[in-house]
Amino acid sequence: MTLLDFARGPALQFAIIVFVFGVLWRLVGVLLLPRIGDRSPPREGAPATWLGAARTVVRRMWPRREFIERTLYPTLNSYVFHVGLALVVFGLAPHIVFIRDWTGLSWPALPSDLVLAIGVVTLVSLVAVLVRRLVHPVLRLLSHAGDYLSWLVTALPVATGLATTMDFGPRYETMLALHVLSIAALLIWFPFGKLMHAFFFVLSRGATGARFSHRGVEV
Amino acid sequence: MTEPKLLGEVLRERGVSRRAFLMYASCMSSLMALPPSAAAAMAEGLAKARRQSVIWLSFQECTGCIESLTRSFSPSLEDLIFDFISLDYQHALQAASGEAAEDARRHAMRDNKGKYIVVVDGSVPMGDGGVYSTIAGQTNQQMLAETVADAAAVVAVGTCAAFGGLPQAQPNPTGAVPIEQLVAGKPVINIPGCPPLPQAMAGTITQILAFGKLPELDALKRPRAFFGESIHDRCYRRPFYKRGQFAKSFDDEGARKGWCLYELGCKGPVTYNSCATTKWNGGVSFPIQSGHGCIGCSEPGFWDMGGLYRPLASSARPLQRVVPIAAAAGVAVGAGTALLARKRLAGASQQGDKT
Repeated sequence: MTLLDFARGPALQFAIIVFVFGVLWRLVGVLLLPRIGDRSPPREGAPATWLGAARTVVRRMWPRREFIERTLYPTLNSYVFHVGLALVVFGLAPHIVFIRDWTGLSWPALPSDLVLAIGVVTLVSLVAVLVRRLVHPVLRLLSHAGDYLSWLVTALPVATGLATTMDFGPRYETMLALHVLSIAALLIWFPFGKLMHAFFFVLSRGATGARFSHRGVEV
Repeated sequence: MTEPKLLGEVLRERGVSRRAFLMYASCMSSLMALPPSAAAAMAEGLAKARRQSVIWLSFQECTGCIESLTRSFSPSLEDLIFDFISLDYQHALQAASGEAAEDARRHAMRDNKGKYIVVVDGSVPMGDGGVYSTIAGQTNQQMLAETVADAAAVVAVGTCAAFGGLPQAQPNPTGAVPIEQLVAGKPVINIPGCPPLPQAMAGTITQILAFGKLPELDALKRPRAFFGESIHDRCYRRPFYKRGQFAKSFDDEGARKGWCLYELGCKGPVTYNSCATTKWNGGVSFPIQSGHGCIGCSEPGFWDMGGLYRPLASSARPLQRVVPIAAAAGVAVGAGTALLARKRLAGASQQGDKT
């Protein structure tokens, strides 16, 4: 069995099983937790709970005016690599084939060269994220090994994917195998680290928004 | 005993003109990616070479490799190679049969001890004492061991000989192994393909004859001249890949427009061969040009790459069954943990009520 056969075969299958199992375990586990009831009557003029939750999910996508100056760089950089990752993951034809393979969903691909350029920008942005985390005293204090692992398993697929497309490093099939293995690592770590925010951000923002709006707090 | 004639003399006697000979040398050196100056050196080397004794062993194979060489569309090239070599043993082509054929093989081995080249097509079955393929009472393994003992070099032609090929595909019922696994202490060249390009076979033998040394080989012992670049690298449909234009089925609009066949399982990106440049049938076409993806036939284990029509980007193992099971297990465990949390909470509030 070649490295590519291993990557495309048992490694990827195991990673997908762990990903699906882990994500649903954590999501269902959180969704079925008992809710902390708020027995106070809602503040007069308070929106419906779902509306307050939805508003907060959207509103928190951009910092409040008083925080913009201090958070503009990390906010913009976060947008760059989040949007970049989304375009690379969901725009490149081989990725669409991969997703179609286990979900049955498919859509038109972006030109490969465009995705390549986006990938380069995304990787630079991810490096900037790491540098900031390493040099910012507060962020460094708050960071633990799991955070760096989350960064690594996010950046590695981008780096190996670029190297595969640009014929950089070993032969194509070796780079492709490393790329697939790095994706397998991402899928395995995804449910157990902070990468789960991809699913949880809606729930956590929504819960905060529902509680705040009930009390008449503007978000 | 008279000294055997030089190749140049033999060819002149057969009416091969100097011009045709030089054209052949130029063509071969170009195919082998040698510098232009090598053409003259190759012609000179060939002219001074003695006819090379070649013993061709056929084991677990389909005769497609020798068909590829003899039925190729460029007889001017591949016919010439038969003028350069003395093919002393070849099941499909030799007139002799039975004991006479085996005598011819042993005779050639004695007369050219240490100088003859062994070409092998087909893999060797090792299961159950090698009983799955025998020739003249010998297992393939025995015949190979006997023949390569005094050979100068071994050329494994076709994917079965080079990497095990179809006989070795899972579950490999005959215990098939590639030639390289059974040959020790002799140089081995692999010329894989199902079948291999005739130019790759002829070019490799010509280079050995002309320069007396093996061509430059890659990690899988394939001549770099023919296996140095991937099909994808040289594919004329690559611009469609770059633009993200893919045929989704063999008869859709994309297929009619000649778009990339990646999504239909083309293995071009991981297959090293020169089909896209040398092409088949006298340069007429190659599989991708004819509308079918590359099946990766010159790569080890190509038959077990997860399916000929399964795209490279997809998992080599089907996920349709395992994903729902993993999902159901995830939901069950998640519900279980939430239930435990609820019980703990209920227990804590009961305790709070008591106190």
